[in-house]
Amino acid sequence: MQHEHKFGFATRAIHAGTPPDPATGSRAAPIYQTAAYVFGSTEQAAELFALRSYGHIYSRISNPTVAAFEERMASLEGGLGAIAFSSGLAAQLCTVLSLAQAGDHLVCAQNVYGGTVTQLSVTVKRMGIETTFVSAENPDEARAAIRPETKFVFVETIGNPSGVVADLQAFARVAHEAGVPLVVDNTFATPYLCRPIELGADIVLHSATKFINGHGTAIGGVLVESGKFPWTNGRFPLLDTPSLGYHGKVFTETFGEYAFLMRTRAEVSRDVGAAMSPMDAWLMLLGLETLELRMDRHVRNARAVVAFLRDRPEVAWVRAPQMGSVFTFGLRGGREAGQRFIDALELWSHLANIGDAKSLVIHPASTTHSQLSDEELRLAGVAPESIRLSVGLEDVDDLLWDLDTGLRAVVSS
Amino acid sequence: MILSTPAQIRELLARVRTVAMVGASSNPLRPSYTVFSYLRTQTPYDVTPINPTLTGIDGIEAFPTIAAYAEQRGAPDVVDVFRKPSEVVGVVNDAIAAGAKAIWFQYGVINDEAIALADRAGLDVVVDRCMKVEHARFRGGLSMNGLNSGLITSRRR
Repeated sequence: MQHEHKFGFATRAIHAGTPPDPATGSRAAPIYQTAAYVFGSTEQAAELFALRSYGHIYSRISNPTVAAFEERMASLEGGLGAIAFSSGLAAQLCTVLSLAQAGDHLVCAQNVYGGTVTQLSVTVKRMGIETTFVSAENPDEARAAIRPETKFVFVETIGNPSGVVADLQAFARVAHEAGVPLVVDNTFATPYLCRPIELGADIVLHSATKFINGHGTAIGGVLVESGKFPWTNGRFPLLDTPSLGYHGKVFTETFGEYAFLMRTRAEVSRDVGAAMSPMDAWLMLLGLETLELRMDRHVRNARAVVAFLRDRPEVAWVRAPQMGSVFTFGLRGGREAGQRFIDALELWSHLANIGDAKSLVIHPASTTHSQLSDEELRLAGVAPESIRLSVGLEDVDDLLWDLDTGLRAVVSS
Repeated sequence: MILSTPAQIRELLARVRTVAMVGASSNPLRPSYTVFSYLRTQTPYDVTPINPTLTGIDGIEAFPTIAAYAEQRGAPDVVDVFRKPSEVVGVVNDAIAAGAKAIWFQYGVINDEAIALADRAGLDVVVDRCMKVEHARFRGGLSMNGLNSGLITSRRR
């Protein structure tokens, strides 16, 4: 048997999806800033539209620069393929629409990003798809919540902002026992710190805006699928019965393991129209090249910041997960003290994002999670006084200097 | 020999010229038509349907059996199989008798007896893979759709 060389993570983060441009030899990935692509012949056009050949038709469905980013993400997550979207929430909505329709049901961890809770509990619910929210710390709750019409179980690798790390293997067992896929939002961990597919997940989602982009320069999302889930198990008629959106094609028969990815792109992404732009895909590709270097430093800086805060008398509590560089803490003096702290900072940017090279700070209860009720906030693990930090790549002494200024402002007023 | 690594499959696809497709359908909704049409329009392969119920597909003459094909056209480089797993031992015997150099079992066409038979007869064997997908992997088709081709290279092709 011939030996196949396996390329490492950093190599794939730089090379996967981007061989030299076949048209020009350009070594950097070209930005194919075009809406549409000329057909070679009328026969070729018909073959493309019928999904019998591969090629680009229109950039709402696929684009060479975006495809390069998708392939690189699939490689890094260990998946069969990927589809990029204009945002993480668009990736998530298209996952829902790929698998569920009116009358169906989803199970979701309750400690997830506030925008996810609202998307599922308000907008998706309005489409007739109901979601049961369960604890991310107890997979048995998810098991009990699964119904015959449930289409997937959804968790975040690291809850935003609670920091709860989900036991992905346990959630995968619960989902698979019931014949449904496990969908994991891996935004906070990135494929460098955790690869959910290796732990049993079937679909991995990202807000690519965060660590993947890494510099806060573009909004984007991506879905990666393992290709291992048995979509023909009888629970997913959208995949294994004739498609109304594709003149009767049965995707599982025609595309085998590629059925989910092909249908999500050709039907769902096509119809929703939330494609990633070529320019944004190029920024994501550039960001990924340094993912490993950046994550090592993000984590190193975060550990120093956590240790610093734990030693300070002004700090009531610090809740930091075992991995990543985003976490929350609370000040003695509660919410008002938190506001004084944030207002006194010079270097940390007060804004609603994470995963930037720049260090970021926010008060979730009044911003990212402000649409949640008090009860939902409690279940999400967001205390009224919680302050969320996303530790960046600056000199750690400068970060600690600024935090010290903030903490002094709390005491002095 | 059973071919399982990307390099082995790439090498097979590079030397193929003639493909006899057993079970090719003229129904555009069937996977076998999709693969037939792809191989006919997107590759230099000379692909021929083997199906006793058809006279031809898209203007390409069909043969009722592999033997009938071989009699007129010679031994095929590859016999590509779209049949129920329970029916493929006979297909392997026909392929061996016709002097085929390789046999390709499409998605789900898995029969251990047939695989062993072809392997022992010295044919190259590919199992549970799609000829269209594997061709597209090495010609950039998968990459166009954001699918993981597994290929890493800094060489211009």
